[in-house]
Amino acid sequence: MGLDDIFTASVFASAIRLATPYIFSALGETFAQRSGVLNLGVDGMMLMGAFTGFYAVYLAQQAETVSEPVSLLLGVAVALIVGGLMGLAMAFVSVTLKAKQGISGIGVYLFGLGLSELLFQQWVGTPKSVSGFPRINFPVLTDLPIVGEIFFHHNLLVYVAFALVPISAFVLNNTTFGLMIRAVGQNPEAADAMGVSVTRVRYATTTIGGMLAGLAGASLSIALINLFQQNLTAGQGFIAVALVYFGGWRPWTVAAGAMLFSFVNALQLQIKVVGADIPSEFAVMAPYVITIIALVFATKRHEQPTALTKPYERGE
Amino acid sequence: MAGRLNRLIDFAPVLIALILALLVASVLLLALNANPLEAYDFMLQGAAGSENALAETLVKATPILFVGIGITIAFRGGMINIGGEGQMIAGALAGVTVALVMGEMRVPPELAKEKGAFDLIIVACSLVGGFLMGALYGGLAGFLKAYFDVNEILSTIMLNQIAVQMMNFLLNGILLDPAEAGFNNIPKTARLVTAAQLPRFSINIDLPRQIGEIQHIELFARTRLHWGLLIAVFLAVIIYIFLWRTSLGYRIRAVGENQRASSYAGINVKRQMMFSMFLAGGFAGLAGVVQVLGLQYRLQTDGSPAGFTGAAGFNGIVAALFGGLNPIGAIPAAAFFGGLLVGAQKMQRELGVPASLITAVNGLIVVFVVSSEIFILQRSKRRVSVAENETPTLNPSPIKREGLASSDDGEEDG
Amino acid sequence: MKKISTIGLLVLLLVSGVVSLAHDDVFRIAALMPSATNDLAFSQSMYDALVAVQAELGEEAFEFTIQDSTYIVDDAAVALRDWAASGEYQLVIAHGSQYGPIVEELAAEFTDVSFAWGTRQDTFGMDNVYSYAAASDEGGYFNGVLAAHLTETGVVGLVGPIEVGDGKLYADGFANGVASVDEDIEVNIVFIGSFSDVPLATEAAETHIANGADILTGTAQMVVGPIAVAVANDVLWFGSDASQDELSEDIGVAFQIYKWEVLLLDMISKIQEGILGGEYYKLTLANEGLVMEYDKDFEASDELMAIADATIAGIVSGDIVPIPEMMEEEISDEEDGDE
Repeated sequence: MGLDDIFTASVFASAIRLATPYIFSALGETFAQRSGVLNLGVDGMMLMGAFTGFYAVYLAQQAETVSEPVSLLLGVAVALIVGGLMGLAMAFVSVTLKAKQGISGIGVYLFGLGLSELLFQQWVGTPKSVSGFPRINFPVLTDLPIVGEIFFHHNLLVYVAFALVPISAFVLNNTTFGLMIRAVGQNPEAADAMGVSVTRVRYATTTIGGMLAGLAGASLSIALINLFQQNLTAGQGFIAVALVYFGGWRPWTVAAGAMLFSFVNALQLQIKVVGADIPSEFAVMAPYVITIIALVFATKRHEQPTALTKPYERGE
Repeated sequence: MAGRLNRLIDFAPVLIALILALLVASVLLLALNANPLEAYDFMLQGAAGSENALAETLVKATPILFVGIGITIAFRGGMINIGGEGQMIAGALAGVTVALVMGEMRVPPELAKEKGAFDLIIVACSLVGGFLMGALYGGLAGFLKAYFDVNEILSTIMLNQIAVQMMNFLLNGILLDPAEAGFNNIPKTARLVTAAQLPRFSINIDLPRQIGEIQHIELFARTRLHWGLLIAVFLAVIIYIFLWRTSLGYRIRAVGENQRASSYAGINVKRQMMFSMFLAGGFAGLAGVVQVLGLQYRLQTDGSPAGFTGAAGFNGIVAALFGGLNPIGAIPAAAFFGGLLVGAQKMQRELGVPASLITAVNGLIVVFVVSSEIFILQRSKRRVSVAENETPTLNPSPIKREGLASSDDGEEDG
Repeated sequence: MKKISTIGLLVLLLVSGVVSLAHDDVFRIAALMPSATNDLAFSQSMYDALVAVQAELGEEAFEFTIQDSTYIVDDAAVALRDWAASGEYQLVIAHGSQYGPIVEELAAEFTDVSFAWGTRQDTFGMDNVYSYAAASDEGGYFNGVLAAHLTETGVVGLVGPIEVGDGKLYADGFANGVASVDEDIEVNIVFIGSFSDVPLATEAAETHIANGADILTGTAQMVVGPIAVAVANDVLWFGSDASQDELSEDIGVAFQIYKWEVLLLDMISKIQEGILGGEYYKLTLANEGLVMEYDKDFEASDELMAIADATIAGIVSGDIVPIPEMMEEEISDEEDGDE
């Protein structure tokens, strides 16, 4: 067994697929945290997005009234809306009602975990599959050796996720909205004094976070796996929160963290397939260990948004 | 009297929130053709309807309380510890190893006369071992934060997964029950010898029934209630004293309130960070080892994190925050969650409603109750500021008022 | 609960006009399961079996209640104790080997209640405990033989949960089945470290395919992911525990089905005779507790069917031993038990 057997093109392709839901949800969480809201309920929002997106597609494809692409777009829309609504609820609880964000997030997680499973049991029953986003075959590009397999044979949502990385970075760093988000997260009093509504900005970012979490869930249920099962995300939302810290609240490094984590995960699967004689528990552990080690050696220039987890009290 | 009334009114929003959450849950129950009133009746029965139900509620609350105490320390020290699950597992692994090894030992002759003395030593060593391993595991996250600036939320989430796999590896390897060794095993340790078990306890009450006649009642006689609960409650009080009446505790809280100011005041911030995570991990470790010594008498898993911990590592966070980040407050909070979890399962069994409904309702209750805090805060704001001044100021310093975010004006490049 | 069910029963009796106090004849089972009853795997197999028993005995003679998704091991103690103490259930089932120590403790306390637990060969030497297991290595072996004949690339992939219990049994049986046909066929096995992580199981299946596998198999509830991958890549799928026919569309080949009803029915009649336990059951192809079911869409050549039938016949007769090492171990276990 040589390195050629381990570092194959398929491992890189696999890492890109694995990273997709993390990138969606971690980018969403980056927006929320940059404005000062810690949303620990990401996983619950992902699950609700995954189920409702799946269910919309399932119904539409059963009814056969709309074409397949339309049904898939419908699924994406539903996942965005449901995720957004959950984000809105989280914003109401943590911004307006000023609830402790650590707990309210765990509550939202449990709610999403339970409700998505309940609705699945009641409305669908056992796991059933849908025709999800197909893998795209680009002319010429897909057939390129190695590069084609790694980059040009994925479904649409994978490309959307990666496209969102520069877009998010641009929005955060180069737009007025981004400036407002950073101001609200760094110094809400000053932002408020300058006429920026802390409440409105935090509502917006938390809702965006929810929408992206919903989309992350849908990327599993209607693009990568094409079915729903209880607790489909298996805790990915929590890893996404961790990745935001890994990336120091910056979209590019957050995405890099998602890629590192996913790459090691893809690698450990490949190593097991080619039959390396290491205990499988250690292989499963690897992505978590390496993510920590990577952060130990990384240079960290950016500090946590000062107002993170702190509800804003006007006039104090 | 007025104070007591005030405190009662403080709890009114919590009760209203609870009722609102149950109302929303009722809609879900009705949609499932279940009678909500009947459902809540079962829930209450399951949580406190009988001696055994009450005992099970307390048994469920025990690890939640241990973790909750630890989380309280971490939060007070400014650390967000999501790693309760992993620390519980680390503690349980170490504790069970000590218990298994010492359980095999011959009783030293000098202790043989004193019956039970060696048992006590085994149990104490196991508890200490569990505490230390959990503390080291939690302290690792503190160390990484203090010296490598690795955020503790990230590291603790990752360390949870690492601990689970470590447990699966060890339970399927060197810790495997020798009776299981062979082709197709279940990952579990051997059963602890009786000497290494945490005893169960019951409460003896003599009630004067009629004149000259006394009825003897033994409460919790045939239940699983064990000494872990008493240890947890005792430690909650100790930690309360530690945090508010000792200078070490004061330093932890000072760092939690304002690192920069603490550092000006001469406190070694890094050391305090590690120390608060060390203690937090230790308490989670105790939760883990107590589950083994007090309940299952062996460490076993289904391979998932919650399979062993019962998600107490997470529920402890909620209990700590519900308890107002006060170890004493964590006691009723843990009992409440214990009752909720145990009662909800009764409801599931009796009505045949899906387990998922229970999960969703638990989530609703957490969200609603935590949201109601704002109403308590508004009422008690005045009193809190008075209370704050009462805390001992061993080291009068500018810490207090600089704690607000405004002290960081304009430093960020953004 | 007692009150409500009695009232419900009375209403039922009045409506149907039957005057009888026959509800004492109702046999009641309470069963505890680690995952959801719709998991297409281990828990569903028991749920389906209970439904089958009810169909067999009739709703008036058999009732059951369940608590599913009890993955927290210690929660099992509360549920099982509650059921045992209620006195309403003649048989309490703990469907998961992780519940064993709890059953051991409760059975000693509630000696008039019958307990059953699996999957394991161990009644703790108690008269009121039945234990049960499934020879999932047999179905694994059978699937392996078929897979070896159907693979064109010479590579087959297996996605398992953690390397213990039924999952390991199935995997080893499968590998031996493949090897019995052709030693050179590669059997790649990945244990993903979790029963429920669908995304990781999905990617494990993708990894198998990238490494040339044209046949996939696996156990536990997360296999829905690998099945979807098999469908998308048009490679064949072999399953276990319950039928995954509906999900596997046209790429399913065979499923090993656990027919727990076979042993449940036997336990019920024994309990009615007053024998509360002390016996160990094992589902096998021989006692038809294990059934190999072909996917509806699978069409095999006559030649392959002949091989399949011969394999089953061989396992049933004992000529084929799916895992020889285990055989030796069982013999020594039984000797221990006699002492």
